[in-house]
Amino acid sequence: MLSIKNLTVNVGDKPILKGINLEIKAGEIHAIMGPNGSGKSTLSHILSGKAGYTVTGGTVTYQGKNLLEMAPEIRAREGVFLAFQYPVEIPGVSNIYLLKAALNSIRKHHGQPEVDAMDFLTLIKSKVRLLEMDEKFLYRAVNEGFSGGEKKRNEILQMAILEPKLCILDETDSGLDIDALKVVAEGVNSLRSPERSFVMVTHYQRLLDYIKPDFVHVLAHGQIVKSGGAELALELEEKGYGWLEDTQAAA
Amino acid sequence: MNTAAASRYTAEYQAIAPVLPGRDLPWLQSLRAQALEKFSARGFPSLREEEWRYTNVSAIEKKLFSPSMSIASSHIDTDWLKSYQLEDAWSVVLVDGHFSGELSVLEGLPEAVSVMSMADALVKQPEALERYINQAVNYNEHGFIAFNTAWFTDGLFVHIPAKQVLEKPVQVLHLITQADVLATTRNIIVADEMAEAEIIETFAGLDNAYLTAAVTEVFIGVNAGVTFYKMQCEPEKAYHFGGAYIKQSRDARFSHHNFAFGGLLARSDVHADLDHASECELNGLYLGIKRQHIDNHTRINHLKPHAISRELYKGVLDDRARGVFQGRVIVAVDAQKTDSQMNNRNLLLSNDAEADTKPQLEIYADDVKCGHGVTVGQLDEKSIFYLQSRCVDEETARNMLTFAFANEMVDKVKIKGLHDRVLEQVLARFPQEGVSKEWL
Repeated sequence: MLSIKNLTVNVGDKPILKGINLEIKAGEIHAIMGPNGSGKSTLSHILSGKAGYTVTGGTVTYQGKNLLEMAPEIRAREGVFLAFQYPVEIPGVSNIYLLKAALNSIRKHHGQPEVDAMDFLTLIKSKVRLLEMDEKFLYRAVNEGFSGGEKKRNEILQMAILEPKLCILDETDSGLDIDALKVVAEGVNSLRSPERSFVMVTHYQRLLDYIKPDFVHVLAHGQIVKSGGAELALELEEKGYGWLEDTQAAA
Repeated sequence: MNTAAASRYTAEYQAIAPVLPGRDLPWLQSLRAQALEKFSARGFPSLREEEWRYTNVSAIEKKLFSPSMSIASSHIDTDWLKSYQLEDAWSVVLVDGHFSGELSVLEGLPEAVSVMSMADALVKQPEALERYINQAVNYNEHGFIAFNTAWFTDGLFVHIPAKQVLEKPVQVLHLITQADVLATTRNIIVADEMAEAEIIETFAGLDNAYLTAAVTEVFIGVNAGVTFYKMQCEPEKAYHFGGAYIKQSRDARFSHHNFAFGGLLARSDVHADLDHASECELNGLYLGIKRQHIDNHTRINHLKPHAISRELYKGVLDDRARGVFQGRVIVAVDAQKTDSQMNNRNLLLSNDAEADTKPQLEIYADDVKCGHGVTVGQLDEKSIFYLQSRCVDEETARNMLTFAFANEMVDKVKIKGLHDRVLEQVLARFPQEGVSKEWL
């Protein structure tokens, strides 16, 4: 699904990612953990195509294509979805309008006709129920005046409706109380399938109690310093990041 | 001051004066004569006048627009008319500055309510007009008002008696069909104590160069309410001056929605005087494309205590367009407990577009709450990326955000027929790719 080879990225003259290697197969869940400032968010931004970064080396291949050459909206239409750490408020654009515009862009990209209005409503209403949201949300402006938890839930709602192939969750758990976290995790778990992969960028191990990853990678100073199974997250919970950073510094 | 231009217009005045309405009313003759004298001495406003410093009207002075003395309403295209005229409203249609009975709709008005052309009113209710004309604004204010006072050919007169609540809006349509014509109309709206009304003023014309110089005076009685919508859709070669001057009595409510879309050079004045505990809401949306120059001047005079004013003007400027916002809030020494908030937000879509914004607070009382905020900026890159990450291409994302910015003001229009017409004008002025009417 996704193959990152020796990826190096700068912001201005400053190297942020210093040689990332990562292979993600269809159906897998990868957790990327690490302390603040390790480059976790940069990695999710690079995959989704945010401006402001310079790729200085390496490749990112998504479903056999060069991901880095695609405009952000093309990546999204090809099935890459970023759930934002800080979802943006868009006054004047309603949720339902954005969802419809997004869904129809994907359909057009794949040569399909626009979604039928009735089918669309049925679809979004079922997803709204799944995420325990009020239908009124659909008619409100995107994220405007939403609480932190509502914004994150809205990201997962969009993901559930757009049915991407590669889901990147950028600190989706940050700022959520336990109830909101459970709802979000349930939403994510309901989307798990053999054709869909997840990259969960997180600072906290707690999320992984509810969404069990297949692999855990630790990012520090712009490199993956350790990879392992779900048990690595528990080890990190116990020991913190310090021992890994020290290992790396010593190396 | 350009008295040369003034004298060219003044020379023409003698020819048209005999056919102006109200010539048998000595008080009006005298008022027109004084206004003419003022205009002859002062001319159109110049850049040296503080409240005109961003708007150069010399292009108007270089031309000589002449009033039309006849009406050619049979030439009005029905579809064109319907794109502006509301179905569910009483309407007074002025074509080239003259009332058209054929196009106006006045059936079913409550008996005590007067809605008629100014020319008619000068015959039927001259004493009412003597009481109100030149009272909400004085011809000394600036050249266009003096000019309008001397030259006006017709207009709208509305009188709503006490406690009468008008069930349908009253619309005045200013339609210009001829090239190089001058349309000077004077409108008087009076809502007596506890009366309520919605007034819509629409300006449109065929694709010619011409000059509109309209003045509207609004008098709102004790605890009465008036909602006023102005939709200015002049064609791209036209010049437009349109001023609304409002006197609010104690506890009176007024809201004004100003849609400034058309004209090569367009200036709008909205000036309100607030009595004790009255409320005034001024909303505006100006859209500039190509080489348009759109100037909005507002003044809110808090004269007595406890009045509330809220103002939000938004501008979207593309190409080489220039938008001006000058907003003055004056709080008199007696106007304690005034609560006033003024905001102006500008969105620049091109490097050559320009916004000049000047909010002014003049506060002479010491126990008041007054604020103002101004922004001039471009579309937010974070928002664009967010939409792109949701499959929307960059151009569509820009259009969506631009439309959303403007639509906040359109959404405040509570009359459906008008809302749809305003929305259509907005959509016609900016690229629509990805933006559709099912937005709401």
